[in-house]
Amino acid sequence: MSKDVLVIGGGIAGIQACLDLADQGITVYLLERLPSIGGKMAQLDKTFPTNDCSICIMGPKLFEVERHPNTHLLTYSEVEAVDGEAGNFMVKIKKKARYIDEDKCTACGLCAEKCPVIVPDQFNMGLGTRRAIYKYFPQGIPSVYTIDDSVCRVFQGKKCKICAKICEAEAIDYEQKDIVFELNVGAIIVATGFEVFDPSDIKSYGYGTIADVITALEFERLLNASGPTRGHLERPSSLNIKAEIKQTEKKIKKAKARLKSLEKKNQGSTDEARKTLAALDERLSGLKAKEAALGDVKDIAFVQCVGSRDLRYNAHCCSYGCMHSVKEAIVSTEHGSEIRSTIFFTDMRAYGKEFHEYFLRGGAEYGIQFVRGRVAEINQDDHGRPVIWCEDMDARKVKKLPFDLIVLATACVPSKGIEKLANIMGFDSDQSGFVKTDPNKPTTTSAKGIFVCGCANGPMDIPSSVSMASAAASMAAQTVKGLG
Amino acid sequence: MNTELRIGVFICHCGINIAGVLDIKGLCEYAKALPNVVTAQANLFTCAETGTSAIKKAVKDNNLNRVVVAACTPRTHEPLFRASCKEAGINPFLFEMVNIREHCSWVHRHNKDAAQAKAGDLIRMAVAKAAFLEPIETFKSKVEPLTLVIGSGIAGMTSALALADQGFEVILIEKEENMGGLLRHLHKIAPANVAASELIEEKIAAIKKNKRIKYFTSAILEEVTGYVGNFSVRFSCGNDSYTCKVGVIIVATGGIPLRPEGLFNYDGKNVITQSELEIKLKKRDIEAKSIVMIQCAGARIPERNYCSRICCMVAIKNCLYLKDIIKDAKIFVLFRDIQAYGVENEALLLKAREAGVRFIRYRPDTPPVVENGKVKIYHPAMGKEIFLPADLVVLSTPIVAHDDAESISRILKVPINGNKFFLEAHAKLSPLDFAFNGIYLCGNARYPATVREATCQALGAASRACITLSHDTIERVGTVASVQEELCSTCFTCIKVCPYNVPYINERGRAEIEPMQCQGCGICVAECPAEAIEFKYISDKQIMAACEALLAS
Repeated sequence: MSKDVLVIGGGIAGIQACLDLADQGITVYLLERLPSIGGKMAQLDKTFPTNDCSICIMGPKLFEVERHPNTHLLTYSEVEAVDGEAGNFMVKIKKKARYIDEDKCTACGLCAEKCPVIVPDQFNMGLGTRRAIYKYFPQGIPSVYTIDDSVCRVFQGKKCKICAKICEAEAIDYEQKDIVFELNVGAIIVATGFEVFDPSDIKSYGYGTIADVITALEFERLLNASGPTRGHLERPSSLNIKAEIKQTEKKIKKAKARLKSLEKKNQGSTDEARKTLAALDERLSGLKAKEAALGDVKDIAFVQCVGSRDLRYNAHCCSYGCMHSVKEAIVSTEHGSEIRSTIFFTDMRAYGKEFHEYFLRGGAEYGIQFVRGRVAEINQDDHGRPVIWCEDMDARKVKKLPFDLIVLATACVPSKGIEKLANIMGFDSDQSGFVKTDPNKPTTTSAKGIFVCGCANGPMDIPSSVSMASAAASMAAQTVKGLG
Repeated sequence: MNTELRIGVFICHCGINIAGVLDIKGLCEYAKALPNVVTAQANLFTCAETGTSAIKKAVKDNNLNRVVVAACTPRTHEPLFRASCKEAGINPFLFEMVNIREHCSWVHRHNKDAAQAKAGDLIRMAVAKAAFLEPIETFKSKVEPLTLVIGSGIAGMTSALALADQGFEVILIEKEENMGGLLRHLHKIAPANVAASELIEEKIAAIKKNKRIKYFTSAILEEVTGYVGNFSVRFSCGNDSYTCKVGVIIVATGGIPLRPEGLFNYDGKNVITQSELEIKLKKRDIEAKSIVMIQCAGARIPERNYCSRICCMVAIKNCLYLKDIIKDAKIFVLFRDIQAYGVENEALLLKAREAGVRFIRYRPDTPPVVENGKVKIYHPAMGKEIFLPADLVVLSTPIVAHDDAESISRILKVPINGNKFFLEAHAKLSPLDFAFNGIYLCGNARYPATVREATCQALGAASRACITLSHDTIERVGTVASVQEELCSTCFTCIKVCPYNVPYINERGRAEIEPMQCQGCGICVAECPAEAIEFKYISDKQIMAACEALLAS
């Protein structure tokens, strides 16, 4: 028998459940698959309807989880098996090797500065880059680095070990192994969250083929001060050109050096090298002209119900899409006073506390245009600008409108690991694949002693997730106290 | 204290939030030159673990006895840095925070020089004030392991039962003659398809049976004094008056559907509300063949500019029950935006559409007009006005706050918003807490909620309450006002001005302030003509020092 609780998932729901229980004097294990707790909320720029900076209000909670005497953090870990019953579960957990001694690492970041391997950064939705040794995000807890063994040179059989040489704390340990251990708990809370629907499935929307069609979560990172653009609102096409310019400049530098050395050595003809340089110069000026022609982002479109309320993909509503588009449109104006936003929506679902008022403010004070109508297709005009085709239901006209940037409000779908977890733990799922609950007991799953909260149970906004997390904590506390 | 002042200043980049505008290195150099400053350091994120570790290390290495952090807002981050001070071994109140993000880099982002100068001024003031900081200790007080739940609808009853299940005693008061709240009048709950009466009767029976719950009906809350862990409550029940001591309070006073007097020719017969329809459904007393429902009846209009969240689903649910009873019923739902958020609601909407319910959108500038036996509506897709036959018109009216919401908010000293729903401590992260410690919130009193949502919030509020109840004592920091008795002239000014009714005249005939009760607002300190009341964390000396530092630039 155990009076401890395991919370699976370190997003805002898991964190809230964990803190409620810990504050009640119950020992809690908080398990997170990724290197750091924080979940999706940590990736958001701001939150509706107060425009609070997301990580700023969440940061102290992350820290509290780590500092609390009753909590044990199990990050970079996964559940392998669950046995037993309510009051007495045996949970087999695999803690993945970070190749870093967590007790020694001071998160000084020198290792990442010197690491030669550059890969897309998952936290920034692939819009920025990180190194093979990395911290998941700046405020991440625990505040330690992790080596990504799928890209690190050492694990590809190449010579490197630069990080070990540079680390003054001697925290690097290439020999570290995954650890599998068992945990005895009395109750389990599933707070595994959700995934963002991949809109490349909808071919007519051009996501993945048209650079300036992005998802809402990508847009959040583009708006964010600690995001890949440091909060300067830039569209992917101009980021791509900038990267190309940088690359070309590098090549020019190399070509110049080569030419110089050829001239110095006075061996053979320099014609070839001169030709290469001229071609590169021409390419550079072409790119620069292209960049100048792009200008700043001025017209943004938000497309609602992407993969939601659509029987081909997901029948359900994502619950928060209308509001995050209104928020992103409002926040955009802080990044450029000339920015104009248009939201293409099905129903404006501003049903939460102060949401309708926020939506009205978006129109009246920030000049957001609202067009009722589902977008049929997104393609490109002759200049490569994305164009929206949509029937405006109020005007009863088909419209064809170009934009600088198009943001897709993507569906909320069950997290990838939830099916495996359902099999391991024996709880049922609903028609959309989220964890099913008792109609009269909103956090109770079909498996006794296992509760659910947040988006693992279905799409919901932050206050609903937080309320539900406290509710799940209440049920788990009852279970381990053996009274209910 | 005779020890030498040793102040450390920590300046945060906040990524580029601050460093993008201000020259942090310059500020560090500037701070280093200020009196009593031993060290000044910059951090990328002072709130990150690396930042707080840097503070602790600097305190040790430099033997600091005062800490000044120049970063973001103390509203979110002061507790964190205070905790770091404590961990470093110095009193958490020998700490001062300067907001150079909101007050400098954000508001003056287009005038970098002015922002830089202002940041320097603010840091100089904080350093000057820090010299006069004094250690402040914490008070301890006992927790009454008892809860008062106000309201016995689904939310209040669920909270009470959850607390009792965890072994805590509960006093449940209900102003009406019967427990059960709004659900007593409803027909069935979707999507569970449970009769509302069944659900309520089950809960009422459980409450009546539970030895840990004492319930009072026809009970009116009259007075609440005290503070978290130790509230004194007085309520009346008929001619009897009761007083009790409780540790925490849960507000579950609910809401009520708007009576749409004067709207859409409401008459209670042919034009009725959804609640009235539910009573008819319960009795199976409906003969209408053509039914028109009108959404947002009295909601999302200038005088009541909010969406009541649940009415669309109530309408959809009732459409399906109507179709069950009257197979050939023609039902139209006139809506502005259908609020079928999530998985189950959207599935129910689809089911209604499959069952033949017709949904027609209307625009706020062309609302439906109810005439004798029909409803005129501008159909935006057809681009013209149409007439719908209507034996029965059902208005979906919003949940509004109870008339007594204001008086309860006054008694409990907790706020309500413009629509008279109770206002939580933080819209995102503290949806069930009030800013006033020890009082929690759930159900329609907070905002319209479905049965499922209200149940969730009720369990959540119980969890929040359990945090206090699980401890024998609670600690409170001493950032409170205190009377220097020898200076008090017993003029009663503090007693008159205190919004929380805390000061009283003690047995020695002088004003006294109970530190556990004082909310630290400082009004009495400012008003006391004899300057007999002191506020340790913001003393006159500290304020003067800060002002002099500002003027001495």
